[in-house]
Amino acid sequence: MRISAGATLALALLTAAPPAFAGGEDVVVEDAWSRASIGTSRPGAAYMTLRNTGDEPVVVTGLSTDLAMMPMIHATATDEQGVSRMTHMEELEIPAGEVVALAPGGLHLMLMDLQRPMVEGESFSLTVDFSDGESISVEVPIRGMAARGPAD
Amino acid sequence: MQRRRFLIYGVAGIGAIAATLGIGWWQVDGPGADAQVGKRPLPLSEMSFRLTDHEGKPVGPQTLLGRASLIFFGFTYCPEVCPTTLSDISVWLDWLGEEATDLNVVLITVDPERDTVEALAEYVGYFHPAIRGWTGTTLQVDQATRDFRVRYEKMPMEGGGYTMNHTSGVFLFDADGRHVSIIDYHEPREFALPKIRRAMDEETKGAT
Ligand SMILES: [Cu+2]
Repeated sequence: MRISAGATLALALLTAAPPAFAGGEDVVVEDAWSRASIGTSRPGAAYMTLRNTGDEPVVVTGLSTDLAMMPMIHATATDEQGVSRMTHMEELEIPAGEVVALAPGGLHLMLMDLQRPMVEGESFSLTVDFSDGESISVEVPIRGMAARGPAD
Repeated sequence: MQRRRFLIYGVAGIGAIAATLGIGWWQVDGPGADAQVGKRPLPLSEMSFRLTDHEGKPVGPQTLLGRASLIFFGFTYCPEVCPTTLSDISVWLDWLGEEATDLNVVLITVDPERDTVEALAEYVGYFHPAIRGWTGTTLQVDQATRDFRVRYEKMPMEGGGYTMNHTSGVFLFDADGRHVSIIDYHEPREFALPKIRRAMDEETKGAT
């Protein structure tokens, strides 16, 4: 059987790629949860932990969900005056072998422009994109508005 | 929006947050308090704000006298800091049990434009029943933030709308309206509860 040079090259690249670049396939998402919303005019918040089981850093470059037009990663920081503000993170790096926790009081997913209310007991699907082109989908349970974590 | 890459090295990140909280404590309650004395809230007896509670009743600093108080500023369109603070407070109150009835617990909005009496009533209804919501006109809210030495600023958000940056600590006053301490944002329960107890004990001391 004849294989064209182009196909051979493509095949070589395909098989070579995974070991050369650690990526999204090495990330495990755990303990995802979010808070119920009042209607759709207020932004929602969601949390989770991202575990990088690989040997290379992994970078989160994007998020998407049909629940919100603009899901983004925010960090809450409190300055020495006691004023808290949120900063938009365009990228989030997860160092090799590390866990990054998005949890109340710090990093969180901010769900801007909700397309429907977040109802306690329901869930929504969220896709996390990585710099290597990989992405993973997670089902995020919606807990009560006073919830403090993935479970009580 | 500036491009920013966020690196987190687990333990180091937690250490930095702990250090930030530590600095906050040092300036508010600790040995640095003298230098920051102008930043502390006035005693309730020297405050002059007038607001409306989430049931439409007029309220002011004297509403709070006679019981220890836990006062914090926020807004109902706040997706992160305020629900976190409110759920923390709800847990502290659950933990106090019956004693919680001896406390005033009030969220004062920094966003009167959107936080009407009705909006506040619905919002506080999701948390511990002891939590009250106070709002007013922009001028009235400004007066309250001056009395409490609270800072806030309106920030436009990407994709429209705005959010508010604001002082996120919880102020504790004793029954006589003296400022006792501040619980920093998301401070663990083991630090928060003794502070609340201290504010409530001042009350007992005053009564005996
Ligand atoms: Cu946010």
